[in-house]
Amino acid sequence: MEAAISVILVLMILGAIFAIHAKDLLSAVIACGIVGYGLVICFLLLKAPDLAIVQIVVETITLVIMVAVVLDSTREEPFTKPDRLGFVNIVTALLIIVVVFYFLNLATASLDAFGEGSLRMAEHYITGAAEKTGSANLVTGVVFDFRGYDTLGEATVLVTAVLGVLTILRIKGKK
Amino acid sequence: MIVYLLCFILFLVGLYGVITRRNLVKIVISLSVMEFSIFLFLALIGYVDGGVAPIVDPANPDVIYVDPLPQAMVLTAIVIGLATTAMLMSVIIRLYRKQKTLDIREIKNLRG
Amino acid sequence: MKGMTLIVKKTTQLIAGIVFLYGIYVIIHGHLTPGGGFAGGVILAGSFILLILAYGSDFMKLSREESGSTITENLAVLIFLLTALAGMFVGARVFFHNWLPVGKVGELVSAGVIPLYNIFVGIEVAASILTIFLALVIFKEEMTK
Repeated sequence: MEAAISVILVLMILGAIFAIHAKDLLSAVIACGIVGYGLVICFLLLKAPDLAIVQIVVETITLVIMVAVVLDSTREEPFTKPDRLGFVNIVTALLIIVVVFYFLNLATASLDAFGEGSLRMAEHYITGAAEKTGSANLVTGVVFDFRGYDTLGEATVLVTAVLGVLTILRIKGKK
Repeated sequence: MIVYLLCFILFLVGLYGVITRRNLVKIVISLSVMEFSIFLFLALIGYVDGGVAPIVDPANPDVIYVDPLPQAMVLTAIVIGLATTAMLMSVIIRLYRKQKTLDIREIKNLRG
Repeated sequence: MKGMTLIVKKTTQLIAGIVFLYGIYVIIHGHLTPGGGFAGGVILAGSFILLILAYGSDFMKLSREESGSTITENLAVLIFLLTALAGMFVGARVFFHNWLPVGKVGELVSAGVIPLYNIFVGIEVAASILTIFLALVIFKEEMTK
């Protein structure tokens, strides 16, 4: 299981590196799709079918919106050689990456090994949950019954995002 | 633990893209790659060896289930990521109509 | 924007209805099989987006503003909130209380209020994504006129 997920992660990393350095913007957007659809396979390997369904449809909608934006504007990226300011940017980015990588390793040194997580916290959400909430799908029971406030917050975020998009893309008001 | 390492490398590739790219669309793509790595990390934490998907089957009631709590968090986060990307894209459309370029060094004036 | 070729139009005529029904199936069976409100809502929006992309916005006669989908989305969130508030007046006085009878695990009519939550969240997510897409299409139309 670890080997399969590692292979797919390496492919995702290669796709992400290509998406950053692509010359054509349409190629970059399609390479972003590699990362998204590779994530779907990882979710299926990790026994999470709910997440796989949501991720595959959301990734399709995101790609449609991005392609609609890219086809409408210029498609080439003319700056290929970094000048002096760009060079300083790259060196700073590499320094930040080394520091953050060190701290991330430090933070996960105390986690359990992959696949042997103790279900100490999840005992209350699994035992007897099907009788208390009545739903056979445990994730739906957690999302809508045990953690209903998070779902309320998410509905609010969606309404606010639509409000923002309608305000930004407004033609000058009707006279 | 090598899976966690590769997950962090994906996050850092996205971070490098956000810092060093000059094109607006590439910045949004790198932000999206960072979000995907975090979703994968959350789903990796809740995995149990030999577990099944968290759907209760009344026929055989006692098997080991995978942790459903990180999956619920990632479910919410995926939809919020879509809303954020859509809003960023609409800002990019508006900027392109005004300034006729997608380079962040040319977009200098805050007015209009 | 103009539509696509004849083959795409004919295929969309056959497929769009099936995708719509599949979205409703995923929403309603949210408490029995994987899926739920969010996935089903996005699939539902996907069928409408397919129709708009295949036939072009001149044929669909998209009006100047997107009032229908905005009203649907706001009504769905309002009813979701009212259903959650109704738990305060029945039984244990907490927000988000499951106030319909729970029933037997594994049947379609079970789990109290959760199927109602699924349906309204599904309608709201579908209307949101449709509104975002319509705003993009109408903006492009007005700019190239």
